[in-house]
This record gives sequence, C-alpha cells and structure tokens, in this order.
Amino acid sequence: MREVLTTCVYCGCGCGVYLREEGGRVVGATASRNHPVSRGNLCVKGWHLHEFIHDPARLTTPLLRKNGTLTPVSWDEALDYTTAALGRLKADHGPDSLGVLASAKCTNEENYLLQKFTRAVLGTNNIDHCARL
Amino acid sequence: MAGLATTFGSGAMTNSINEIEQAQVILAVGTNTTEAHPQVARRMLDAVDRGAKLIVIDPRRTRLAECATLHLAIRPGSDIALLNGMMRIILDENLHDDLFIEMRTENFLALRDMLYRVDLAEVEVETGVPRDRIASAARLYARAQKAVICYCLGITQHICGTDNVQSIANLAMLTGHVEKEWTGVDPLRGQNNVQGACDMGALPSVYPSYQPVADPTFRRKFEQAWGVTLPEQPGLTLLDMTHSGGQGAIRGMYIMGENPMLSDPDATKVEATLRGLDFLAVSDLFLTETAQLAHVVFPAASFAEKTGTVTNSERRVQLIRQVIPPLGETWPDSDTIMALAARLGYPMPYESQAEVMEEIALLTPIYSGIFHDRLETGWGLQWPCWGREHPGTPFLHKYYFTRGKGHFVPAQPIPASELPDDDFPLLLNTGRVYHQYHTGTMSRQCPTLTREADRALLQLNPADAKGLAIRQGEMVRLTSRRGSIELAASLTEEVTAGSVYTTFHFHEAPINRLTTAAADPKAKCPEYKICAVRVEKVSP
Ligand code: SF4
Repeated sequence: MREVLTTCVYCGCGCGVYLREEGGRVVGATASRNHPVSRGNLCVKGWHLHEFIHDPARLTTPLLRKNGTLTPVSWDEALDYTTAALGRLKADHGPDSLGVLASAKCTNEENYLLQKFTRAVLGTNNIDHCARL
Repeated sequence: MAGLATTFGSGAMTNSINEIEQAQVILAVGTNTTEAHPQVARRMLDAVDRGAKLIVIDPRRTRLAECATLHLAIRPGSDIALLNGMMRIILDENLHDDLFIEMRTENFLALRDMLYRVDLAEVEVETGVPRDRIASAARLYARAQKAVICYCLGITQHICGTDNVQSIANLAMLTGHVEKEWTGVDPLRGQNNVQGACDMGALPSVYPSYQPVADPTFRRKFEQAWGVTLPEQPGLTLLDMTHSGGQGAIRGMYIMGENPMLSDPDATKVEATLRGLDFLAVSDLFLTETAQLAHVVFPAASFAEKTGTVTNSERRVQLIRQVIPPLGETWPDSDTIMALAARLGYPMPYESQAEVMEEIALLTPIYSGIFHDRLETGWGLQWPCWGREHPGTPFLHKYYFTRGKGHFVPAQPIPASELPDDDFPLLLNTGRVYHQYHTGTMSRQCPTLTREADRALLQLNPADAKGLAIRQGEMVRLTSRRGSIELAASLTEEVTAGSVYTTFHFHEAPINRLTTAAADPKAKCPEYKICAVRVEKVSP
C-alpha cells in the first residue's frame, strides 16, 4: 500500500488529498491534515474522489467513426486521421475554420500546450474553455 | 471575470480561502457556497460561529441563507439595483472611506453622480427587498474593519454579468474594503482549474498571463519564443464556436475534456453545430454526450495517472501527482497534443511536465517563480510569484492595484434578456447540487455520489405548485421558448413564488436545452441564471 499526496479535481477550493494505491488500483482518498485548505476535511466529493478512476465505462482505446459507428483503432490511425482532417480543413478554409476547447479540468501544462498548439501549429486564436459556465 | 479586471487590473480572488474565517462581515452574493464550494462555506460558517456577520444576497433561501445574519431575497437579476442602493445609503450616511478613495482610486465622481440619481424607493420595488433591510446590510458591511465579498456564477451568469461584478468592486472600493488581509473581493471558481486555464491563455484574446494577442509587443515575444508567425486577430469565444451552426465559421474542432452538449446553453443549437462539423475530435475519460458525436475519440488518462499542476480559486498552484500508470491505452492529454503537433511538422519535445512548467515560467510573468521542484515540498505557491526566491502572494492589491489605481465604473441596472409573460410565467434559475459536479462525467460514475443525488429535481414553491395542482415528486414538463424537458417536482420554500430552480448535472434532464444563449456582451458569459418557463403536469 502506498499513499500519494495530490489535489482534488472537483471544485476550485483545491483541497490536498492522499490517494491510496493497492495492487495497481486507487482504492481510497483521505484528507491531508496539514494542507491549508483541507485541514483534515474534505467534502463528500473529495472523500469519494477515487471512485470514478477504475469505472468500467472508462475509454481505453482510441475510437474512429467508420461507417457511422465509433470503432476501436490504434493510436497511430486515430492521430493520422486527425492530423489529415485538420490539415485539409486548414488548407481549404483557412486556420480560422478550426476551433479548440481547452478544459478547466485539465492541468496548467496541458492547457499551456493546447493553446500553444492552437496558436503556433493550427495558426488561430480560436481557443476557449468554459470559464464562464 | 472581465469586470474585476477592468477595476482592479486582475480577475482573481484577492484573498486566501483561510482569510475568510477572520473576516468580521462576509457578504455572499449569488453563491450557493455550501453546495458548490464546501471548504469556503466551512470558513464562512466558522466565522459566523466566532461572531462574524453573514449577509447573503440570493433569490433562493439556500442553506447558507439560513445561517445568515441577514438574507436579502432579491428578485432574480436585480443585483445592480440592490448594490447601487447600498452604496447610496453608504454615501448618504457618510460611511464611505474618503482617504482610500482619494489615495487609491480614480473616477469616483462618476460613481457619485450616478448614485445621487438612484431613487431608493425604486430600488425597493425593483429588488423586492424592504429599504430598512438594504440599509442594515449597507451599514453592517461599511462599518466593519475586515469585510470580504464572495461571489460566484449567480453574479456572472447574467446578461449584465460584467456590470454586476463592477458594482461589487465599486462597493468594496467605496468602503476601502480591498487592500488588506481578511478584506477583499473573492470570485469563487466552480471547477478545479478554471483559474489555471485562464492563466495559461486558454482564451481567445490573451496569451498566458493575460498578455493580449492584439498587442504587437506581446505577439513578438511569443513569436520569438515559439519560432513561428502568430495570428493577429483575437479568436472566437466558446459560444461563438459552439453556436456557429456547423457550416458556419468553424468547420473542425478539437475538444479536450469538455462536454458542451450538456454544459452550454441552448443545447439544441450546440448539437446542430457539432453534428454539422466536417471534423470533430474529442479527448475525454468517458464517452460523453459530446464524444458520441465525434469522428475521433482519444481516451485520456485521469488525474491519478499523470503529473501536472492546477491552480485553485485563491491562485494557489499545486501539484497533481501520478499514482498509477495510465489505464489501458489511455494517454495524458499532453502526450496527445505533442503527437498531433509532431505530425503537423512542429515537434514539441518536452521530456516532462516539469520542463513544460519551465517554459511557462519563462513566458508568464505571474508564474515566473513557479517550478515543479519548488512545489514538491510545501503547499504550493500563490501567484503572482515573481522569481525563484519569491514566496508567492496570499492577498492581492496590497498598497496598489495591479492596474495602478482602482477604477470606479458606475453601472446601471439592465433588464434580463427574457422576462416572464403570460405564456412563460415563471423564472428558471440553474445551478449545482452538493453531491454532483458539472455535467456529471466524473461524479456520476461515483456510486456514493450517485446514491445521494441521481436525478434532476425541479424546485417549485408550494404556492405555485398548488395553483398548478402539482404534488411532491410528481413528474412535470418544463418548457421554454427553446425546448422542453420532463423531471420530478420538489416542493420547497427555498425558491420564492414565481421562480423555479434546477441543476445541469443530469443528461436525462438536459436543462440547457431550455436556457438562453443571450450573453453578456463584455464577458460573453451566457445568462444561465434567468429564463422564462412554464411548468405543466405530465398527464398520466
Ligand atoms: S474535497 Fe470538496 S471542497 Fe475540497 S476541492 Fe474537492 S470538491 Fe472542493
């Protein structure tokens, strides 16, 4: 058994949470006692933070729409298809025909990389996320 | 958070969460804190136990309102009228802070002239709150030594969202309740990294650290750093994209971890847009309603399977640490982005997330002292953090505002975009419940949370219910000009007669099929909080 200190992913309070790992699975969550926000407390969402991680409904392979249905494919196929489609739209309709939504649930690093990708690679400022929602 | 940025020069919480418990007066406006920000609510209630006065401005009698010293149950959408009324009383009774206004602010005369035109009798009618209660709130707030204002989406999700925020800022500056510890203006962020996503420039008009894309100086800085030519035009906002109509301006989209099918207003239009796209790629943990419409779906690793940082409401940047390897063939989103970039001829060969953070620190002044190794020990760093030795900043605007002087912007009440009429006689208000989160992508997979709250309820005042012959728990049809859904009625005094309330967590009752996409022109924040609806019995 191992406990790893991390940050709750639900609300903007940002509680410090220990996730308990056993045999490769995350099996529990407890509050950090000294963390300035949690101070030994979490709300009900935090106490059950681990429950969705191993949910059987998690996506585990890339999917590509073939004849109308989403079909499991390899990463290479999904990535190649995506870049071909984005490249074609950019060539035909210009970079501003592309739009990107970042996420208030992803990390700073991911959001940074995504806006860099949108601006430097796709060539548009069409990037936003649901800060206003 | 456009309003706060205009006034103070920065759109974040000015205090730390823990400062709230030392405040003498807490003014909570449009925030259902006990449900949406449990830890902040805990601080508020601790403060109340210690003798602090809590003033709640909310159309609903929320749990927080029940604990309040003073609950002002205003008519939905009349926040500006109420705040202006409070300020007029403060001015009349000479409770404003002359020295603060003189030294630290500008444009006060414009505010004063506007306030002198405010008619308190009209305010009473517009807000539905008796004048003496408005006066008590004004006196309590103005006389306190340490006073904080907390607000949330109840303030921003209106057609006048920006003006609402400006009114709050006006009130805080008028009384000098800004610059100190335990005193300030605190917008509460709904999701764990809204603050960080904004800080990182995941916005159409700014680079990281709010550096405008339209300003050539900043554009050149990022062009040099990234070695490319960058577009000059600010981009489209979320609603401009998701409501563009498929064959409109936007033809292809990449959506990382968002579910606009449930979260965006007027969802029928969103669906038409997404279905009409030539190409849609989505990366997420689950096959969300949005992912179901995609051409390509990337399976994403969850927060337990990757490393990175997130920034909470009080600007605290903290680590998310990997606990287990990515499940199945899932990838962290950063790997997906880097693979796409490499295939499009622009490799981004970062060895680790710590290295990405080094680049962020280089280009993002407010994060310039934030590095993963510093976050390894301790409890994170609060921005602005100006360098490796800088300890971070627990409260903002000490001695001076980010923009220099605080700027008063007088705001006039604006009518809501849609008001009740004969066909749609009730006001619909939307929000969150304690046991669920956002569109439920994660929280509805948690058995414990789902046991507590697994279906949408329409809160209805017993008086209205009686008129419609609706009983507790009965299925009702809720209809607006844009759509109709069915859900169970819950009769409660929490909502005043004439208003109904529900949440947007549940895909079986997609409330955003009803809401209006009329948005505040300045912040482009949709008016989720108000639309006109009618409720009917579902005939058996
Ligand atoms: S434990 Fe609850 S209060 Fe703390 S960050 Fe998570 S959701 Fe927010």
